[in-house]
Amino acid sequence: MKVLVPVKRVIDYNVKVRVKPDQSGVDLANVKMSMNPFDEIAVEEAVRLKEKGAAEEIVVVSIGPSQAQETIRTALAMGADRGILIQSDVDVEPLAVAKLLKAVVGEESPGMVLMGKQAIDGDNNAVGQMLAALLDWPQATFASKVELSGDKASVTREVDGGLQTLAVALPAVVTTDLRLNEPRYASLPNIMKAKKKPIDMKSTGDYGVDVAPRLKVLKVTEPAKRQAGVKVADAAELVSKLKNEAGVI
Amino acid sequence: MAVLVVADHDNTEVRDTTHKTVTAALALSGDVDVLVAGQGAEAAAKAAGQIAGVRKVLLAESPGLGKMIAEAVEAVVTPLMAHYDAVLTPASTAGKNFAPRVAARLDSSPLSDVMEVVDASTFVRPIYAGNALETVQSSDAKKVITVRTTAFKAAGSGGSAPVEKIGGADAPKTSFVGEEVVKSDRPELGAAKIVVSGGRAMGSSEEFNKVLEPLADKLGAAIGASRAAVDAGYAPNDYQVGQTGKVVAPDLYIAIGISGAIQHLAGMKDSKVIVAINKDADAPIFQVADYGWVTDYKTAVPQLMDELTKIGK
Repeated sequence: MKVLVPVKRVIDYNVKVRVKPDQSGVDLANVKMSMNPFDEIAVEEAVRLKEKGAAEEIVVVSIGPSQAQETIRTALAMGADRGILIQSDVDVEPLAVAKLLKAVVGEESPGMVLMGKQAIDGDNNAVGQMLAALLDWPQATFASKVELSGDKASVTREVDGGLQTLAVALPAVVTTDLRLNEPRYASLPNIMKAKKKPIDMKSTGDYGVDVAPRLKVLKVTEPAKRQAGVKVADAAELVSKLKNEAGVI
Repeated sequence: MAVLVVADHDNTEVRDTTHKTVTAALALSGDVDVLVAGQGAEAAAKAAGQIAGVRKVLLAESPGLGKMIAEAVEAVVTPLMAHYDAVLTPASTAGKNFAPRVAARLDSSPLSDVMEVVDASTFVRPIYAGNALETVQSSDAKKVITVRTTAFKAAGSGGSAPVEKIGGADAPKTSFVGEEVVKSDRPELGAAKIVVSGGRAMGSSEEFNKVLEPLADKLGAAIGASRAAVDAGYAPNDYQVGQTGKVVAPDLYIAIGISGAIQHLAGMKDSKVIVAINKDADAPIFQVADYGWVTDYKTAVPQLMDELTKIGK
């Protein structure tokens, strides 16, 4: 089985996000960029499937600027086999991303698309579900455990109030949650090897997909800041303030 | 313009998040219908009809809908959208699961985690873990919206909307295998008026339970945890409050032994009153706390319990 893993280059999760003073967006100049953490978990899971003999080939695809090649190289160093970069210098919305991925699925015919549940920049949590709908495939989102048996995948999902296990017929889209695995660090020899692995360079136009945005961003602002309150000296003062001042107990 | 709300419910009752989503829907249109998709969900449909402002309740039932399988829910919602200009549902795991599928079918760009309805096509939503808010205008004819319910007040009761049964749908390629639902007598984390939350300082799951459970029971509170405490195995994942867990906004949030990482703050900073108990005076949690108590939780929590007893809690 071939596994397709979409990956996104995003602002590193440790970086403090700053909103531009003109409210046009978030300042990405000279900011450390990394692979979206949920996508890293997806790459790791695909590599584990390959190590177990359940997957033969792992193809990673990224939609983004030419620097997204680095993101693809990271996935190749973790153990993916080859990459596809669909170059775009403008932000592509989830709907258009799903359409582009559908076209890639048409060319590659994977048995599973394994991807992060959301990118930590737009926080939409939408592309996997949309891709599944466009392909008319089943979906298993927010996976904390994936087991393959024959033409089915048994996926345990993190849902409100607990866990739910579904069996989906393959091909299917599976999106990863945080506790699925802990991604490996690529070893130096594997980083060297990854430099020789192929990356196919494409553009959004190659797939005939309209990537014009449907959402117009009017402004990006900082959320209201909470003011620090007062310090209390003991439990009696705290309870008194909660009861008499705040009125919450 | 008419809008559809897909209810969050347990087949017997509708959750408070549905009332809040109705409030968001009423900001778009006065014609709000609610879809209850489930199995054996007549009681929930009746309850949905009592939400103030609801015009009509649609009840669709099937085994797949009973488990809120995304493909089944989508198969019911998408054809209904011929009659509606927007569909809204709480940004619960169930809502996040099916809503984008509906959006893809309608060739519409979904609006996730909406916090404010500016006008019928303009919405505010969080990006970058809530560290920035974007105001977006949608040009799509049909809008698909998941609602961050903590940002909206619950619609009242007193309605008497009729319930109309419609056809169900199933998901032939997906089957339900099982579930592990955490059973608790405490209020649900997302709906609780008071939340007591513990962090990695607890050191073990025994200590976590020993410290937080009696306090939660005394206050009638739900228990939450920081991601660090969950990752360390001190608390189950569904306790997790934060960007990667639940977003809560109770009247009172008591953070015990929690440092206040950005990702945790994203999940609780909209609480009405925040109390922080931490022995590290420089912990970032104190920057958002209304009442900070710099002390070791080990001695603080028993003292707090005593004082609460004194006022009759």
